[in-house]
Amino acid sequence: MKTRAALFASGALAAAGAAAAPFQDALRPAGAQAAHIGKLWNFTLGLCTLVFVAIVVACLVALWRAPRADHESMADVSSLARPESRIHRRIAWAVGLSAIGLLALLAADVFTSRAMARLPLEGAVNIELVGHQWWWEARYRDADPSREFTTANELHIPVGRPVIVTLHSSDVIHSLWIPNLQGKKDLIPGRTAILRLRADRPGVYRGQCAEFCGLEHALMALQVTAEPSQGYEAWAERQRQPAPAPATALARRGQQVFLGTTCVMCHTIGGTTAGAGLGPNLTHLASRQTIGAGMFPNNRGYLAGWIADPQAMKPGVNMPANSLPPDDLQALLTYLETLK
Amino acid sequence: MTVRDAEQLEATWRDPPGFFGWFCAINHKTIAKRFMITTFVFFVLAGLLALAMRLQLAQPNGRVVGPDQYDQMFTMHGSTMMFLFAVPVMQAVAMYLVPLMIGARSVAFPRMNAFAWWIFTMGGIMLYVAYFLDIGPDAGWFAYVPLSGPQYSPGKRVDVWAQMITFTELAALMEAIVIICTILKMRAPGMTLNRMPLFVWTMLATSVMVLFAMPAVMLASTALICDRLVGTHFYNPGEGGDALLWQHLFWFFGHPEVYLIFIPPLGFMSSIIATFTRRPVVGYPAMVLALIATAFLAFGLWVHHMFATNLPELGKTFFTAASLMIAIPTAVQIFCWIATLGSGKINFKTPLLFVLAFFVILLAGGLTGLMLASVSLDVQLHDTFFVVAHLHYVLFGGGVFPLFGAFYYWFPKFTGRMLNERLGRWQFWLFFIGFNVTFFPMHILGLQGMTRRIYTYPEQMGWGGMNLTATVGAFMIAASVLLFIVNVLVSRRHGEPAGANPWGAGTLEWSMASPPPAGNFERVPVVHGRYPLWQPMQEPSHVTGLDNDDRVVLVTTVADALPDHRMALPTPSPWPFWSAVATTIFFIGSIVTPWAVVWGSVPVAIAATLWFWPKRAVAERRARVEVRP
Repeated sequence: MKTRAALFASGALAAAGAAAAPFQDALRPAGAQAAHIGKLWNFTLGLCTLVFVAIVVACLVALWRAPRADHESMADVSSLARPESRIHRRIAWAVGLSAIGLLALLAADVFTSRAMARLPLEGAVNIELVGHQWWWEARYRDADPSREFTTANELHIPVGRPVIVTLHSSDVIHSLWIPNLQGKKDLIPGRTAILRLRADRPGVYRGQCAEFCGLEHALMALQVTAEPSQGYEAWAERQRQPAPAPATALARRGQQVFLGTTCVMCHTIGGTTAGAGLGPNLTHLASRQTIGAGMFPNNRGYLAGWIADPQAMKPGVNMPANSLPPDDLQALLTYLETLK
Repeated sequence: MTVRDAEQLEATWRDPPGFFGWFCAINHKTIAKRFMITTFVFFVLAGLLALAMRLQLAQPNGRVVGPDQYDQMFTMHGSTMMFLFAVPVMQAVAMYLVPLMIGARSVAFPRMNAFAWWIFTMGGIMLYVAYFLDIGPDAGWFAYVPLSGPQYSPGKRVDVWAQMITFTELAALMEAIVIICTILKMRAPGMTLNRMPLFVWTMLATSVMVLFAMPAVMLASTALICDRLVGTHFYNPGEGGDALLWQHLFWFFGHPEVYLIFIPPLGFMSSIIATFTRRPVVGYPAMVLALIATAFLAFGLWVHHMFATNLPELGKTFFTAASLMIAIPTAVQIFCWIATLGSGKINFKTPLLFVLAFFVILLAGGLTGLMLASVSLDVQLHDTFFVVAHLHYVLFGGGVFPLFGAFYYWFPKFTGRMLNERLGRWQFWLFFIGFNVTFFPMHILGLQGMTRRIYTYPEQMGWGGMNLTATVGAFMIAASVLLFIVNVLVSRRHGEPAGANPWGAGTLEWSMASPPPAGNFERVPVVHGRYPLWQPMQEPSHVTGLDNDDRVVLVTTVADALPDHRMALPTPSPWPFWSAVATTIFFIGSIVTPWAVVWGSVPVAIAATLWFWPKRAVAERRARVEVRP
């Protein structure tokens, strides 16, 4: 019966499991740190499965071999008078083996931690990541301050180069987790944490806030694009530029809408007078693939919906609804689309 | 013992009848039954919340509830299961069984015991009234600051949560004191420490743990209330406070709490396995030492809940080692039980079936616990559905399954009637399969990146299929619990009459009629072995010199249970109830205004004073019946 239940469960799982997304999966490491953890996982899972099977089998054998009785059967209390040394010896052996198994797990854990701590850090990209309810602010640090830039909810990192992410929080505790690349690390107000990682395979990975951080904790994702160094440098260079001046009349009107309404109270667009820091930096909004902290595709339709009524898409988000006249909204969208 | 003696004894120890008598009851069995029913009601309520959450997650972009409702639901579910069900239900069962197992006519401090139940019940009711008024807590059952602090959780929701903690921890502390004193000072003569049933040992270990663990969380939650109500800054990093301080204090309680839930069922296991294998459990000293080791080690693991924070890495390794080490005492017990099963003669009944599930479910939960003990693995698994799966495997396998086994086992003692065996088997398999269908997929969901406490997830994550499977399983569990309720309601009136010892067990609680008379033992036994009903009778067989017409008990020495003195226990009283009402006004009032701490203490002081007001009749009675060393 038990085995049948287990088979049923694993069958259902195999069917359901096949569809899981590969871009947010701890079992598909795409970076050095996640690969170390992946190896430890395989070892631990193997050992634990062995122990599980051994104990369940021992239990079943014991049940199968023991004779049956009912409540009137005479209880055998002979063991109270003389110790059952044969049984005790077997138990001692089993406990000894368990202790050895546990030591092996401890050793494997320590070796993994050491391997992860030895990630070479020359030429690292430095990112300061600040958690907000409910979005991520990323500041790319540089020895030369003029080369620093800020973006939101999206990271680009070079493949094969280490990345040092310095973690802060502006409000409550968040936790950064990009399972394909590295384990998670908490962003705790008043504290600074550091997460070191390296992507070894190009791709787009998804991260998500892992520590419950309030109403929209579920909608606080982050997209990480790992690309070869050249592509990364080109992206970073574009991000360092101020926003391009609007070229068309409609876009110019859109910029005036942006600068003339409440947008400007919270957002920054480099190269304009908009310089507020409450919401995400929008200088290169159009270069991002998602809006709403990794939750919605960045296209004109979603963007229009988001600007008009963000509360409908992400209830509780700190951005208010904006009842712009339709013409103004279209102009604003056109302007925002130029922010490549 | 004549019929007249038995009637006199019953009249002496019975609770007063009638409506007002109901509020004066102090008999440990009355209070324990109420306590068990109260906790079971909370179990069902929290289970219904879980079903609603499973419906919401059954498919991507679910719209059954919104985020605000969902946050309240998982907070209520977790808080209820941990504070209003799992820990207190074990104390409730112990409150009924411990005196019966150790040959006592009552618990020590029966009025405090009643007070604890009233306090607990009123705290639980307050929580659910708040929830139905839409001021249910919504910051998670471990309420991390600063999210639960004044700035990010305005309103009264978190205050309600923090005061619920005060209520339940106060009750738990008092219950622990009652249990420890009962075990150490009220055992029948001859029941030396090394003849105590293993269940009594588990309750002793658990209760001592309560004394050390609960103050940490009461301190933590009081500091939180102070931050919220009177503007202190214990947890505010901007003013020299620390957000991590909460986590240390909370988990210093929170991890031992897991063992408060897990250790008493180890006693259920030992009781049930011994009875249904027709032999004593193998390795009594090893079992006792393993319990004590578990109770000690449980206090050295709390940081493994905080591996994702920026604590020093070397320090974390210490907690990895401690977390792995606690597997050893559990392994000792598992091996001893398997050896018992293998060397006994097996009577295959429903209680044993529930206990056997431990060897699959707790084992799996324990092994995933070893994974979570490793810092490197934990940072991938922490705060994901893998942890949700792990904790339910541990709490179901190590708590709920043995607890149901215990209900099937001791229900005849509680009511005098057997639970239906066929329904029991159906319930078991539905529960076992439903449980695995619900929670096994969550391991994989966690590895596939599904974080916990999310009210929704996008379709492209591919988590829909396994979430739907889990939801189906959750309804199987619900059906199984429904079957249990039906079984209890029907068997209570129409079940097969049980008699004193329907399972042929060896410990003292099976020596009196079922249900037990108000004074438990017509004649207080003298104990000569670990399984008195299995071993040959020896002289002297019982205690003489305890009057039947007064509530007098024999107090014995701590280690050897030698008669020490004769003591009078208090009689039924309404003051535990009124004191609980006054305390409730004090606690709830202080949610609304800090001034309630001032004016609310007046009724508490009055009720407590009247409770303990010296009475001439009582003093004379005690002078007459008590014998002091």
